[in-house]
Amino acid sequence: MNRHEWKRWWEGTLLITRREVRDQLRDWRIVLPIVGLTLFFPLLMNATAKAMVNFVARYGADIVAERLFPFLMMVVGFFPASISLVVALESFAGERERRTMEPLLVAPLTDAQLYVGKLLAVLFLPLTVSYVGVGVYVLGLHLVTGWWPSAILLGMVFLLTTVQAVMMVSAAVVISTQATSVRAANLLASLVIVPVALLLQGESVMMFYQHYGVLWATAAAVLLVAVLTSRMGLAHFNRENLLGREVDILNIRWMWGVFWKAFRGEAAGVRAWYGEVWQDVKSLGWLMVVAFALMGGAVALGVWLAKDIPAQALSAPSPMEFRATLRSGTLGGLTVVGWRGSLFVWWHNIRAMLLAAVGAGFTFGVLGILIPLLPYGLIGGALAVFARSGLFSPWTAFAVMVLPHGVVEIPATALFVAATLRLGASLASPAPGESLGAFWLRAWARWWRIFLGVVVPLMAVAAVLEANLTPLIVSRYLLH
Amino acid sequence: MIVAEHLGKRFDDFWAVSDFHLRVAAGEVVAVLGPNGAGKTTTVRMLASLLRPTRGQALVAGFDTATQGLKVRRHVGVLTEQHGLYTRMPAYEYLEVFGKIYGLEGDLLARRIAHWMDYFGLWDFRTWRIGTYSKGMRQKLALARALLHEPPVLLLDEPTSAMDPESARLVREAIRGLRSQDRAILLCTHNLYEAEVLADRIAIMQAGRVVAVGTPQALKDRWLGPPVFAVMLDRPVARPLPAFPPAVEVVRAEGRTLEIRSPHWERDNAAVVAALVAAGYGVLQVAEVPRSLEQVYLKVMAHEQA
Repeated sequence: MNRHEWKRWWEGTLLITRREVRDQLRDWRIVLPIVGLTLFFPLLMNATAKAMVNFVARYGADIVAERLFPFLMMVVGFFPASISLVVALESFAGERERRTMEPLLVAPLTDAQLYVGKLLAVLFLPLTVSYVGVGVYVLGLHLVTGWWPSAILLGMVFLLTTVQAVMMVSAAVVISTQATSVRAANLLASLVIVPVALLLQGESVMMFYQHYGVLWATAAAVLLVAVLTSRMGLAHFNRENLLGREVDILNIRWMWGVFWKAFRGEAAGVRAWYGEVWQDVKSLGWLMVVAFALMGGAVALGVWLAKDIPAQALSAPSPMEFRATLRSGTLGGLTVVGWRGSLFVWWHNIRAMLLAAVGAGFTFGVLGILIPLLPYGLIGGALAVFARSGLFSPWTAFAVMVLPHGVVEIPATALFVAATLRLGASLASPAPGESLGAFWLRAWARWWRIFLGVVVPLMAVAAVLEANLTPLIVSRYLLH
Repeated sequence: MIVAEHLGKRFDDFWAVSDFHLRVAAGEVVAVLGPNGAGKTTTVRMLASLLRPTRGQALVAGFDTATQGLKVRRHVGVLTEQHGLYTRMPAYEYLEVFGKIYGLEGDLLARRIAHWMDYFGLWDFRTWRIGTYSKGMRQKLALARALLHEPPVLLLDEPTSAMDPESARLVREAIRGLRSQDRAILLCTHNLYEAEVLADRIAIMQAGRVVAVGTPQALKDRWLGPPVFAVMLDRPVARPLPAFPPAVEVVRAEGRTLEIRSPHWERDNAAVVAALVAAGYGVLQVAEVPRSLEQVYLKVMAHEQA
């Protein structure tokens, strides 16, 4: 696009934005909460903060008040931003339900212009109210208590509020393309509200602990999810999808049919099915390279983070203790050795992977990758501490403690990470001309083929090795 | 102006349109008739480049609907089945927004808005919110929106639905006026009277395909047989009747009226009149018995269902 075309593109886009914002300002149901959240809510939070300060001051717990101010600032920012979800559902699903979308669809605007124009319109008022609300809160609190947030803190709250709003709105667009009524969209919105509510709880805790580093990381992760959701929203907000779907009923039989057909493939028997799964595994190609790189990165991160752990904190178990563990087959009350131990280890790993998969569904694969990488970070940390403590050589420790079962478990985990990466990427960029439901079901079926067909059996082998072979090797080479 | 070649659109396993084959020339109005679910709206959406055809191809105003969607939409005016107006917006502002979307600006935009609002009798109500408009006023406003950029191709889906007779007449006159300005107009309607009085040709759709197409007269000839003519005589018809050309069929002979039908009526009617005069009858009037499009439509539907 040249400069002139770019200018025209934005002119068309902003026409949509301006019209929608003007329309929103004509609706008292939007204006009333906006006024309330801009003026009354921040002042209410000021009063709450002041009352809290006075209360905790009587018990010498000034730190509570100190931590409360930024927390309330985040709340003041989040509440108006959360309205964007409602406005988005109304703007996308509502327009579709009232059929006011069709004149726009026949206009000479691209799908992207309509999408961006509406996205900006939906974000504009809630975010403006959010920023003004935070301003009113900070100013009011400063006048009452003299507290003033640092620029970094203020920037972080603005960033968190903005990326969360973008994420919610983009998710709302995806939902709206799958719903033909506002009611259906509202019901589906719980898929956005529940994760965001959990996220906010986590952020609140971090805010109280003043773990701002974690909050910056959270903002970065939310930004990533927001970008992916926006990408997905853009992919789904097209004329074909909007006009092609007139009915939205939950058809379990159809869902199962689509999933099963994709899961089974063309195979007539188990052998042929494994042939197809093997092709699937081979098609992961460079994603396997990325997965190994991520795992290596996790180990490196573990090494780096372990630099602050004092080496003296470590003490090796005595050979007698370790042998006792081997004999009893239990550690901390859990059976970790022998065949029962194999089952325990296998189930523990599979359970973590299933949990990661559930998270992957909400986060375009981000959680599905982070959770399996966590143990590799721990391994890196442990090896670094071993090295500094002088207990064992990290290489020996790795070869003896990890490699015997890692020979199988590491490739299995890499396979899981690669398949989850592909799942996440495909969730963010669906195939044109296919409904979101059908596309997701096929993507998940492809993931399950690799998980059930390869990862689960490999993890079973790894668990048997981990519970039967690794302890013997550790006992033989490290404790003598 | 509109060239549709075997257009088809499939949603999952269902063919909403299986074979739409039609041409609409500049200055021509073609009405598309068909029951609900026949595929009319899907066809309009394909022609407006809102839906990509699963098969076939269509050129609208010279642009391919599958690959030049933006250009197609810039050159068509579409009146959708639901008018889809923003009820909280004043009417003038509404047209202003859409005019700008179509690239109109300044004086030209103001003139066009004034022209069409005035034409449809909405000028005095231009500052009113659309929500306060009657159904007919809304439909007229939606039509004004579709005409604002003066497109060479018009796709009108039920343009007079929900209108009172006076407003409907106004819209029909507008459509006639637009045809005279060399626009190609595709009109989807359930209103058979409207189709007959407006359309140069009629296409009947059933289950996603065009099952009959032609001028109203050609359709009547094809589906109802040759036209029937009523001959009004000066005295009651007496038997036996005079000898008529062999192709002439006497449909009815009752009182002073004789109804005849011939595939070669242009030639045979004169022979019939001559025979009657020779037999001593005075021929007062010869007129075609009106046959409605409804009869054709019902016959086509019955044939298709059979």
